[in-house]
Amino acid sequence: MNRLSKFGLVIVGFFVVVALFAPLIATHDVGETDLLNRYAVPSGAHWLGTDATGRDVFSRVIYGARISLRVGLVVVFVSTFIGTIIGALAGYYGGWIDRIVNGYLFNVFLAFPGLLLAIAMVAFLGAGLNKLILALCIIGWVGYARVIRGQVLKVREYDFVQAARALGASDMRILFVHILPNAIQPLIVQASLGMAGAVLSEATLSFLGLGVPPPAPSWGVMLEEARDLSTLQAAPHALLVPGIAIALSVLAFNFIGDGLREYLDPRQRGR
Amino acid sequence: MKHKLLDLSRRILILLLVVWTVVSLVTLLIELVPGDPATATLGEEATPAQVEQFRQKHNLDRPAFFVSYARDEQGQRNFRWHGMNNRYIDYWSTLLHGDMGRSFRTDRPVIELIMQRYPATIQLAVAALLVAVSIAIPLGVVAGKNRGTWLDNVLSVVALIGISMPGFVLGPLLIYVFAIQFGWLAPSGRYHWEDIILPAVTLGAALSALLTRMVRSSVIEEMGEDYVRTARAKGLSEKTVVYKHVLKNGLIPVVTILGLQLGVLLAGAIITEKIFNWPGLGLLLIDDGIGKRDYRLVQGCVLVISVTYIFANTLTDIIYRWLDPRIRVS
Repeated sequence: MNRLSKFGLVIVGFFVVVALFAPLIATHDVGETDLLNRYAVPSGAHWLGTDATGRDVFSRVIYGARISLRVGLVVVFVSTFIGTIIGALAGYYGGWIDRIVNGYLFNVFLAFPGLLLAIAMVAFLGAGLNKLILALCIIGWVGYARVIRGQVLKVREYDFVQAARALGASDMRILFVHILPNAIQPLIVQASLGMAGAVLSEATLSFLGLGVPPPAPSWGVMLEEARDLSTLQAAPHALLVPGIAIALSVLAFNFIGDGLREYLDPRQRGR
Repeated sequence: MKHKLLDLSRRILILLLVVWTVVSLVTLLIELVPGDPATATLGEEATPAQVEQFRQKHNLDRPAFFVSYARDEQGQRNFRWHGMNNRYIDYWSTLLHGDMGRSFRTDRPVIELIMQRYPATIQLAVAALLVAVSIAIPLGVVAGKNRGTWLDNVLSVVALIGISMPGFVLGPLLIYVFAIQFGWLAPSGRYHWEDIILPAVTLGAALSALLTRMVRSSVIEEMGEDYVRTARAKGLSEKTVVYKHVLKNGLIPVVTILGLQLGVLLAGAIITEKIFNWPGLGLLLIDDGIGKRDYRLVQGCVLVISVTYIFANTLTDIIYRWLDPRIRVS
């Protein structure tokens, strides 16, 4: 692991701890408004100040980590699962399955702006956390399926797979017991980069009013609420704090992904 | 030659398949609306007569697809064949007539609303591209020439920050600094020529960071080539070597990325337009389409944005293959 990915791990670990222990760390209720104390600058009472309705920015950003990580984990987990199955079947069986998956689905999903598909889906379904997760999974599985398909194509030619086949193992056994465990390494890289993508997409859609509905303390919602001119002028920290949180977490997951890729592919080391 | 034609026809086939999928998706999306799109548009207090009139006018009373599998009066589910008389065919036929139906809210043709906004989006995307290139090339060359020095490290960190800083964080920050603190530029709108500066920088920042990294590694790679040693040996100045020889060759991969990124810029423009109230397609989609539940308008916007994206990508790909013979073979 290189220095940057260690830094990424520390940041992600920090966000995970913060999300897990949010109720203990937060100093105020996330929904508690205090109209006498709007736009307050950071102080002892409000460590990171307050927003346009006097809510505590520190507590909200802490709880926001929960939403971001939850969306990220669910989306990455579900997309990986679906992508692995589809990609593995396409790579192993080839033939018409592969022609549909590789020839059609991959091309369509690659040629289409994923974010736009998510926006369109949520626009028709209505906003909400679960619909957001559904939309992100639908655009997310393709990346994993591509990686797994390529790996399975490679691994299925190895001698130990031929040996298993000669011993009479079933297709499912060969695929899930012999091939997949040897094919999933690059998925870890993809999953790490996928976390960055999911966290960013959640914030983007929430910012556009298509994700987690306010007043939930999603980082995207906090940004949207902090960007009108009067709030921006009076309380720039209300924008800066969730902005830094998003940028840091995206950066951290990307660092980890890059580091893992380098680690798994020694040819890239030292570049 | 045969190989080339085969490759081109394969690309066009994929292109047509993708466009067909997008149109189908867009047509069927409206079925996702919970409840009835007519009630969703007109509101709960609309009379049944108004709802019926609305449904008739926008063809919502017709079957959605060739077949349906809906419950009848007795609550029994069964398959029904509707023939060609359905909304899927309707939408295709309006599209092929160069139309996109009428907006649910304003009753104006959707294509007209879109065409009014299209130039602003293209203008923004092109301006962002220019911003990205004019930042990335000098920075990338400086970083590549000074590989491993503190300057290179500083530029790498800046590029990383640029890549991970989403537009909806950078945009409001730029508004805070340049519109509120200094008062140099307007915080939103599209009235004067300088109004494009902040949106273009916001949209182009991530791309310029990505390009800087690409130019840097490209320059480093080319600097090790034999022709650079030759150029130096014949006494050319370092400046001529870098800008006339290295950059010329190093820019080839950068150009491809640039074309592919045009599509990403179009998608990113949706958010940038929202931040700066820039009257393009994205703002039309988010504010007038999604915000006012004008589903016909949403269909049109999604369709136009995706088709533009798809064509930009395919065109870049074809031009690139044509420019660089090495790729045609591999």
